[in-house]
Amino acid sequence: MFELLGIPPQVLLGQLLLGLINGSFYAVLSLGLAVIFGLLNIINFSHGAQYMMGAFVAWMLLAYLGIGYWWALIASPLIVGATGLLLERFALSRLYKLDHLYGLLLTFGVALIIQGLFRNYYGISGQPYQIPDLLSGGQNLGFMYLPNYRAWVVVASVIACLGTWFMIEKTRLGAYLRAATENPVLVGAFGINVPRMIMLTYAFGVALAGFAGVLAAPIYSVNPNMGADLIIVVFAVVVIGGMGSILGAIVTGYGLGLIEGLTRVFYPEGSAVVIFVIMAIVLMIKPEGLFGRAN
Amino acid sequence: MMKTILMGSAALAAMTGGALAQDTIEVTLGVLNDRSGVYADLSGEGSVVAARMAVEDFNAEEKGLDVEILSADHQNKPDIGANIARQWYDQEGVDAILDVPTSSVALAVAEISSQMGGILIDSGAGTTELTRGQCQPTTIHWTYDTAALATGTGKAITEAGGDKWFFLTADYAFGHSLEDETSKVVQENGGEVVGTVRHPFPATDFSSFLLQAQGSGANVIGLANAGGDTVNAIKQASEFGITQGGQSLAALLMFVTDVHALGTDVAQGLQLTEAFYWDQNDGTREWSERFEERHGAKPTMVHAGVYSGTMQYLRAVEAVGSTDALEVAAKMKEMPFDDPLFGKGYVRGDGRVIHDMYLFEVKSPDQTQGEWDLYDQKAVISGEEAFLPMIEECDFTKTAG
Amino acid sequence: MTDTTPDHVPAQRAAGMPPLHKALFAALLVLLIVLPFVVYPIFAMKVMCFALFAAAFNLLLGFGGLLSFGHAAYFGGASYVAAHAAKVWGFTPELAVLTGTAAAALLGLGIGALAIRRQGIYFAMVTLAFAQMFYFFALQAEFTGGEDGIQAVPRGDLFGAISLHDNMALYFFVLAITFGGILFLYRIVHSPFGQILKAIRENEPRAISLGYSVNRYKLIVFTLSATFAGLAGATKSLVFQLASLTDVHWSMSGEVVLMTLLGGMGTVFGPLVGATVIVTLQNYLATFGAWVTIIQGVIFVLGVLLFREGIVGVLSRWLKRPL
Repeated sequence: MFELLGIPPQVLLGQLLLGLINGSFYAVLSLGLAVIFGLLNIINFSHGAQYMMGAFVAWMLLAYLGIGYWWALIASPLIVGATGLLLERFALSRLYKLDHLYGLLLTFGVALIIQGLFRNYYGISGQPYQIPDLLSGGQNLGFMYLPNYRAWVVVASVIACLGTWFMIEKTRLGAYLRAATENPVLVGAFGINVPRMIMLTYAFGVALAGFAGVLAAPIYSVNPNMGADLIIVVFAVVVIGGMGSILGAIVTGYGLGLIEGLTRVFYPEGSAVVIFVIMAIVLMIKPEGLFGRAN
Repeated sequence: MMKTILMGSAALAAMTGGALAQDTIEVTLGVLNDRSGVYADLSGEGSVVAARMAVEDFNAEEKGLDVEILSADHQNKPDIGANIARQWYDQEGVDAILDVPTSSVALAVAEISSQMGGILIDSGAGTTELTRGQCQPTTIHWTYDTAALATGTGKAITEAGGDKWFFLTADYAFGHSLEDETSKVVQENGGEVVGTVRHPFPATDFSSFLLQAQGSGANVIGLANAGGDTVNAIKQASEFGITQGGQSLAALLMFVTDVHALGTDVAQGLQLTEAFYWDQNDGTREWSERFEERHGAKPTMVHAGVYSGTMQYLRAVEAVGSTDALEVAAKMKEMPFDDPLFGKGYVRGDGRVIHDMYLFEVKSPDQTQGEWDLYDQKAVISGEEAFLPMIEECDFTKTAG
Repeated sequence: MTDTTPDHVPAQRAAGMPPLHKALFAALLVLLIVLPFVVYPIFAMKVMCFALFAAAFNLLLGFGGLLSFGHAAYFGGASYVAAHAAKVWGFTPELAVLTGTAAAALLGLGIGALAIRRQGIYFAMVTLAFAQMFYFFALQAEFTGGEDGIQAVPRGDLFGAISLHDNMALYFFVLAITFGGILFLYRIVHSPFGQILKAIRENEPRAISLGYSVNRYKLIVFTLSATFAGLAGATKSLVFQLASLTDVHWSMSGEVVLMTLLGGMGTVFGPLVGATVIVTLQNYLATFGAWVTIIQGVIFVLGVLLFREGIVGVLSRWLKRPL
């Protein structure tokens, strides 16, 4: 039978599918980062912490209020987004005229605070969160067993990504947004409240992180550090895709998930570093990223 | 200065035959562990609570010991841990350092303790190096090590028919040694290792590695990792139906707090080795209840080890009449113990504490009563069998200092 | 901005070190000589090592205008090499430190040659990418001891004669290295070379049109910065007698950015102040557990919102003198 480097094709297929699932998380997270960077010029380093908050809020809704997964999927991003609203209003909005660096540092500090607070109150071991009944179990695809929940993750992430892309690239609201980043004064002159629009955009990007957090809650351990290392990887995804490119973030997110999946078969030790190798190569050859516009 | 005077007077008191006329010996203990990172729940503040309970239960004051307990967070960084240890010995007059999870920090502190006249009574770290390659006369390694976990889990499972192993190994020294030691035990008992995958550390997604394990034809998947990695791997194994497919999971290092975090519906059927479980007998239950009242959670084996280690240390200090590190360490090795938490045991010449280890199986949700009712005891592994034999160069009772 | 053009350089140089800076350096030296009798010497040495690290980083960020997010690679890389040289090859401490520093210089030259082709955030990302690869290497390589690190590194005898086992002896060894290093960095900044750097930072196209080979200057400053970061890391490995993964992790790269910004980037004394504050916080807040990260986070946030110029930057504005 046909084999690739000693790996049977059905195994490879399974691994690619898993890579795609992981890519779904990268895509949603990097999409949020890219939206924020593209429209606000802020490198949101607290994205990982906000992803963690999304998962934690879902857990808290269940533990304290008895609100289940499906409502949490809506409520948790809204709550996390609301905290983003406050952050933008009281801190980030003061930094727009400055170098990118300051936004990065501020959000880095915010990430430390959020993670520290959750650690203080909930410890480090993590909290259990169950897969919703509707999605428990799985399908035997012949080459692998696919849990229903994982399939749902792919579906949900594709919906979120396409929806966001459509909203920014194809709707009037998106057009305003893009215009406002090019020339805020002019757009303001048309009677549009630019600061509020930017505030809502940041909240939206953060809400996407929260959404990814809720998606992750049933399969990964809900603990305060869950986003701490992820942020660096997602960051790399955004850079590879091209900073601020919405489509780039989405495509690269799924693509790198697949590449990482393959690395896990052929050189598992290297699967954590492969993204950085790719990032270095891309930056050397095409610095504006795969989908970025050269300045 | 203070110490020599105290020592002199204690010796005098001993000579005049009077426990009655004994002066107080000042003892300062430093609990050095992770209070904010991945090991904060299994060691952290709980270890400080355990040390305090030991001091109280020992009736230190009545016995003429004036014990003070310090604590600090080494943040799992060896340089921070080393700095605190040095400062404690140099400036705070610390006599013994307790707990110290994280191998790199523990090894650094062991070295410093021996240089600076202190004792390290380690409970939280797992590396066998502490009593082998980098052994010190003043290191006492209390609770567990990777070899004991490997023997406990590896042997019991292989003997029970789990003879084809696949390892999911965290790609760092700790994971490697856990894998090596377990492989050895598996092979010695007639089993075979059919495959290994090394995953980056830390990792969040294990599905791809689990899938490789699933296709390997193994009947046991050994998780040679720790903390969040193990928790995530188990969670995802249940999601992918690994256990339903007839493969069983063996966690090579797992604490009761991890199982608690997972919940029994995910962790059920999991086999693991620990040195202590709160619900073993009246002694452990009584102590754990008092611990829970003060700390808000049941103790881990690391907490129990800190309690037991502190207890034996204080006994030795009382017997020697001073806090001289070499003398106290030698005394601890002379005095076998029988305590409510670890049962009968003794400190071997290399500082390895020999006590029984236990193989547990996680209960299924319908068996448990209460959130901490998690384990069924499956087997007792005697200390001599569980821990590696002593290597000659590390037998400090012979080489004497 | 006229004073940044090259033809003004000789005039500036002739002025030498301003009296205020002379006085401050002298006071600093006196303070450092007295310090080990007041505070714990190991702690003081740690502060000095990080001060040098931050000063080296500041050379690149504050004077070269290049934000590297991967300086942990040079700091930690040098500490591994120095520790290995001292422990396995039996080098004397000064040779071990030099070997470590040389390794950092080579690493900096290699990575720098690639990184300087990019600007701004992309430059930062390239340095991060290479630092992550180096972390991976440190995790995998045999000689680094994985997460156990290299332990029990001997402090050895300086020049084969003076034992450094005594904390005080080691202290003055470390003092000589770090103070010397910081003075050397000061010299670089205030040399014609430093002035050209400034010109490049302020207006790169103009510097190019003036005929400067900008990339060569950038590469030199990158390598120098890596070298001195390495010197700091190598020295630290002798002080703590260990080298570990902490020093090559990306959070270490973040920490040095924090130190430099908190103190005031582009100032002479800022990095020293920033390093002192952060190391002191880490040391004295160790008993507060998770609060350490929260407090660090709050400092970041307040720093960015209220004191963007950093502590020394603000002082310098009040005094109306460059510090």
